[in-house]
Amino acid sequence: MVENRPWLSLLTHLVLIVGVVVVVFPVYLAFIASTHGSGDFMRGLVPLLPGPHMLENYGRMLTQGISTAGAPPVSIMLMNSTIIAIVIAVGKIAISLLSAYAIVFFKFPFRLLAFWTIFITLMLPVEVRIIPTFAVVANLGLLNSYVGLTLPLIASATATFLFRQFFLTVPDELMEAARVDGAGPMKFFRDILLPLSRTNIAALFVILFIYGWVQYLWPLLVTTDSRYYTVVMGIKRLAATADSEPLWNLVMASVILAMLPPVLVVIFMQRLFVKGLVDTEK
Amino acid sequence: MQTKRTIFPNKLLPYALLAPQLAVTLIFFIWPAAQAVKSSFEREDPFGFRTTFIWFENYTRLFSEPGYLNSLTKTAIFAVSVTLLSMSLSLLLAVAVNRVLKSNRAYTTLLVWPYAVAPVVVGILWWFMFNPTIGIAPYMLRGLGIDWNHRVDGNQAMILVVIAASWKQISYNFLFFVAGLQSVPQSLNEAAAIDGAGPFKRFWTIVFPLLSPTTFFLLIVNINYAMFDTFGLIDATTNGGPNQATNILVYKVYADGFLGLNIGSSAAQSVVLMLIVIALTAIQFRYIERRVQY
Repeated sequence: MVENRPWLSLLTHLVLIVGVVVVVFPVYLAFIASTHGSGDFMRGLVPLLPGPHMLENYGRMLTQGISTAGAPPVSIMLMNSTIIAIVIAVGKIAISLLSAYAIVFFKFPFRLLAFWTIFITLMLPVEVRIIPTFAVVANLGLLNSYVGLTLPLIASATATFLFRQFFLTVPDELMEAARVDGAGPMKFFRDILLPLSRTNIAALFVILFIYGWVQYLWPLLVTTDSRYYTVVMGIKRLAATADSEPLWNLVMASVILAMLPPVLVVIFMQRLFVKGLVDTEK
Repeated sequence: MQTKRTIFPNKLLPYALLAPQLAVTLIFFIWPAAQAVKSSFEREDPFGFRTTFIWFENYTRLFSEPGYLNSLTKTAIFAVSVTLLSMSLSLLLAVAVNRVLKSNRAYTTLLVWPYAVAPVVVGILWWFMFNPTIGIAPYMLRGLGIDWNHRVDGNQAMILVVIAASWKQISYNFLFFVAGLQSVPQSLNEAAAIDGAGPFKRFWTIVFPLLSPTTFFLLIVNINYAMFDTFGLIDATTNGGPNQATNILVYKVYADGFLGLNIGSSAAQSVVLMLIVIALTAIQFRYIERRVQY
């Protein structure tokens, strides 16, 4: 702080408090809605204080879901989301580590071509090639399967670049020493490079777990079988009951459940999260 | 391109290492993209028996279609509004957090978690708040004499999706602005303070210009976000309506291709979108080469 200005400090806190309120309020409202009975929404206004039905609503959503809306129990969807997010994060990290290793520590024909092929994936998000990608997955018979939900999302240019950058900073002497001691390429990779990359891997895992968790369009396209629904897309089905007002209390209970895992990851792994976010964008 | 001074001599191993990544890339990225480009030049007869090569007809038709031009305009309005709203709020919050000495970690934690909320969930949260029958926002707006119904009023629908999309992006912008602010040398600030510059003057003449690399980077990222990552948000709030008022490009390409089954037009739209992403990525990477500075 350059100088002491009490009014400005007060204003600063005021700005921050208003900011926090704006950020938290929609979720607070959702939480409040999830603690009421379904009749409480008939009166025309959302209640602002918690109601007594919290355990009942959450219990019902976790174990039964709403069969009329075609939504399976949230516990199943949470399980699917967890599996998919972890598989995507681990898969992306694994294949990116290997390809970055190949690009940095070997010289071979078509190295540049390989690098650019990976680079191009940055420019082709699912949203811009929906139908042909769907056709490929359908032809391979991967609709309604975990493979179909995860494999097409696993290529990662950002993760490859991140590891490439990091590998370039690893001192040459380490590798020379390893070679003198008779270590082959895979031994060097496993026993020296991987342990050195630990922090980067953890930071990236946090970001990619969130990336996998919030996927919506892709699961929407490739799953029609409710056993494979992820929680993020399942909620949409709950909310989109065309003929009647949605059961707000139950919808909001699932919204809270769907938000909780990735939000907790961000809050409790904030340091890794920030590192991952800043690193992947460089 | 850079490698190590010493390298491993293996000839086949690097290909094996690259194989999984390249396989996924070729099968699920390059091939479908090539397919999209190919079918954007073709017309399929209604039964899917025959395809004819028709050069740029899909494109000329696309750009003479009022619905598509409308979608382009709406996307531009949406992207610019989200970028401006979200970035200015985040900058304000970042500057505030940067001034606070003791409690900045607590504030940061409270501000960053929306990053982890899925766009479709963000959509549902705001849709609930602005729900014309039971939402709290329309209730309060009615007190101010504004009749809120985004199911009917296109402008209100646009305002709703802009607010929701900006809300989610605040956390991201905030983190990058805080990082940018922390790299502004404190000595410059102190020197200016000694010369009698007040906090606002210091911000506009020293801090803000020095922040320009961050600002420019975020500008591109935010436009990218608004154009491509908001599909779920639109799908949960307005479905592109009412009357196409919020039918942004990514939503339209899905609606036309997947629901409307108009393959040729959808493929042409995909190609246009690809060109936009390529342009944005190119700008972003050029910027990394030489940073904007004064």
